[in-house]
Amino acid sequence: MFLEKMGFPHDISTFGPSIDAIFLLIFWITVVTWILVTVTMVVFLFKYRTRPGRKAEYIEGNSRLEITWTTATTVILVALALLSRSTWADIKEHGPPGDFFYKVTAKQFNWEITYPGADGKIDTKDDVTIENEFHVPVNKVIRIELESKDVIHSFFVPNMRLKQDAVPGRTIQVWFQATEPGTYEIPCAELCGFGHSGMLGHLTVQSEDDYNKWLKDTYSNQ
Amino acid sequence: MSSTAAVEIHGAHAQHHELGFVRTYLFSTDHKMIAKQFLFVALFMMAIGGLMAMLMRLELGWPENQWTILKVFPETLQQDSAITPNTYNSMFTMHATIMIFFVVMPILVGTFGNLLVPLMIGARDMAFPKLNMFSFWVSAAAGVIMLSSFFVAGGAAAAGWTSYAPLSAVPNYTGVDLGQDLWCISLIVLGMGSLMGSINYITTIINMRTKGMTFFRLPLVIWSLFITAILLLLALPVLTTALALLLFDRMAGTHFFIPTGGGEPLLWQHLFWFFGHPEVYIMILPAMGITSEMLSVFSRKPIFGYRAMAYAMIAIAFLSWIVWGHHMFQSGMNPALGTSFMLTTMVIGVPSAIKTFNWLGTLYKGDIHFTAAMLNALSFVAMFVIGGLSGIFMACTPVDMYIHDTYFIVAHIHYVLFGGSLFGIFAGITYWYPKMFGRLMNETVGKIHFWLTFVSFNCTFFPMHILGMGGHMRRIYNPLQYDFLKPLAGINEFISISALILGGVQFIFLFNMIYSYWFGEKATENPWHANTLEWTTPVHPGHGNWPGKLPVVYRGPYEYSSPETREDYWPQSAPPEHMSAAAR
Repeated sequence: MFLEKMGFPHDISTFGPSIDAIFLLIFWITVVTWILVTVTMVVFLFKYRTRPGRKAEYIEGNSRLEITWTTATTVILVALALLSRSTWADIKEHGPPGDFFYKVTAKQFNWEITYPGADGKIDTKDDVTIENEFHVPVNKVIRIELESKDVIHSFFVPNMRLKQDAVPGRTIQVWFQATEPGTYEIPCAELCGFGHSGMLGHLTVQSEDDYNKWLKDTYSNQ
Repeated sequence: MSSTAAVEIHGAHAQHHELGFVRTYLFSTDHKMIAKQFLFVALFMMAIGGLMAMLMRLELGWPENQWTILKVFPETLQQDSAITPNTYNSMFTMHATIMIFFVVMPILVGTFGNLLVPLMIGARDMAFPKLNMFSFWVSAAAGVIMLSSFFVAGGAAAAGWTSYAPLSAVPNYTGVDLGQDLWCISLIVLGMGSLMGSINYITTIINMRTKGMTFFRLPLVIWSLFITAILLLLALPVLTTALALLLFDRMAGTHFFIPTGGGEPLLWQHLFWFFGHPEVYIMILPAMGITSEMLSVFSRKPIFGYRAMAYAMIAIAFLSWIVWGHHMFQSGMNPALGTSFMLTTMVIGVPSAIKTFNWLGTLYKGDIHFTAAMLNALSFVAMFVIGGLSGIFMACTPVDMYIHDTYFIVAHIHYVLFGGSLFGIFAGITYWYPKMFGRLMNETVGKIHFWLTFVSFNCTFFPMHILGMGGHMRRIYNPLQYDFLKPLAGINEFISISALILGGVQFIFLFNMIYSYWFGEKATENPWHANTLEWTTPVHPGHGNWPGKLPVVYRGPYEYSSPETREDYWPQSAPPEHMSAAAR
């Protein structure tokens, strides 16, 4: 909630909350550190400003202090890395098995969404391709094969904190599970040419019934 | 007879120094003149890079608005006095390219490296003065090539300063043809100039330190320049190689980075960032060194933890080679590799933290003089802390997934590069101005410039963190094309107004530099009561720096307020008490 007040888009993904939690943890660590450092600095600047008759104290350093702050920052930073590891692995290295499968092909300056057709499989004859309209059922694990036809693009769904570059010559696996019906924007986040700004798709998350109805209408129109 | 001989010798001597206009100001081999050449060219480039930032902010604050003033630009750059999307892409590409390669690097390395290395280690010049001259002229040629790309058909490069392939490798993808080629060629040429410079710095520092100047008596700014030169020597050739491959892809039909012919787009990113991350430290280390000098001199105290400071820089230099993958977490690179890069990236935060704590320690129980140079150096510390802390967010792979390629990153790099490097540059120019021009810069004007810059800088770049948290992508021409960014339009407008002020107040600094050249207070030999060797030369040091013998060094550079002396400073070259007593 706090982060949404700070400008984060409303989260509708299953992995979003753990990303936001880590963000918030780092946020508080950095805010506290910043306050400590800045207050110390301001106090020093005020207290030790030059005054007539006072000489600076000759201090060359302090090994114990050096060891303390080196160890403390190392421990905090390495702990943060270890803590983030599993969230990252869950999102990008392995995910739950997919319920629905799609192919998203980026090209200057559109997202081509390939729906699998009746057989539920991609790269078969009954595939249907629609530009920029990505409909998915709610609360299902969606798996995408992400590709690009020309340059590098980046598939970005701010409401899911999800971002993955689409690289020509590669097929990259992406998964997500949307928890709330609605329509959300899919901007391209990697500079892809003069039409980069405005390269925009829409993700429509629907109940499974609505989704099936939409899919049927769409297939019959093809 | 003897008097005639003396006159003849004197005459020959004078003749030796009368080099004429061309040899003195254009093709000079004097490191001090070359430093000034780098400075003037870089300040000129800064005006161009800054102008581009202003144009970008006009577009982002008031998207697709028509500005009558834009009529001065040719039709290729504006349509009906509005900025076009492709122009916008060229603007941010060239803004970053110019600021990084033609402003921050030349000033930190070219100007301060050239000015300070011989003067602070007690050498008469660089090891290879002619190579030094050549290095400047090669860099200047690179600048001319880069600027010429604005005037060719298709306009200047528009693929971002990172120039990701295949966008940059195939002319049709951006619509920019010759401009991108010239971009590559310019940076290849600059890479050669930089190579000559770095070899020169390294050789000079290793071989030409005066008697008594051991490595651990070197001022920290020299340590920082030494380490920077090593990073330059090793990093720039990687960029040059990558650029050559890119140029082959563009002009010779190869497919190093183009997948349709079996190439690999991520190869470009690996090469670019293998150069790019050491590059980041190339641009911050010298500013750290400058800050260390200022903090010690103006607190009248030894730098806290001198050795820790030097070791921290060495640690940064080593670690900077194994963190490049943190630019590529979302690139499609193996995510398991991302985890390793997250760990190394977190670890590289440690030496930076060590430096910050040591700067605070330097202030502790000091006798702090708030000169304009000191204010800028203090601001370096304060802003670097923010830039460093915001880096932790992106080092963390899952958080980076959200904020990658957003304004959070833009805020971060500007806190490091402007809040860090540029404030360091302001401090350094103010502090060493008397060494370069024999007069002091005006303190009052300097302080006015500092406060206006400090406030407008924070008003410009701090809100960018909030944009980034809202998901605002970088490098987009019109944020109003997206519903989720519409609520952020007010912040964008505020940033643009602040940025225009920030740009405007830089003329105060320029005015101060020009005004003080003729009307500034005349400098004495050691105007800041500093310990380092550059203040033992005459006010206007000639070719060779010291008229007589080279100074001999007896102690470290930070002996301020030592209990052994009556004054609060103790120059490195002042003979110890017993020796001067014997001399008397």
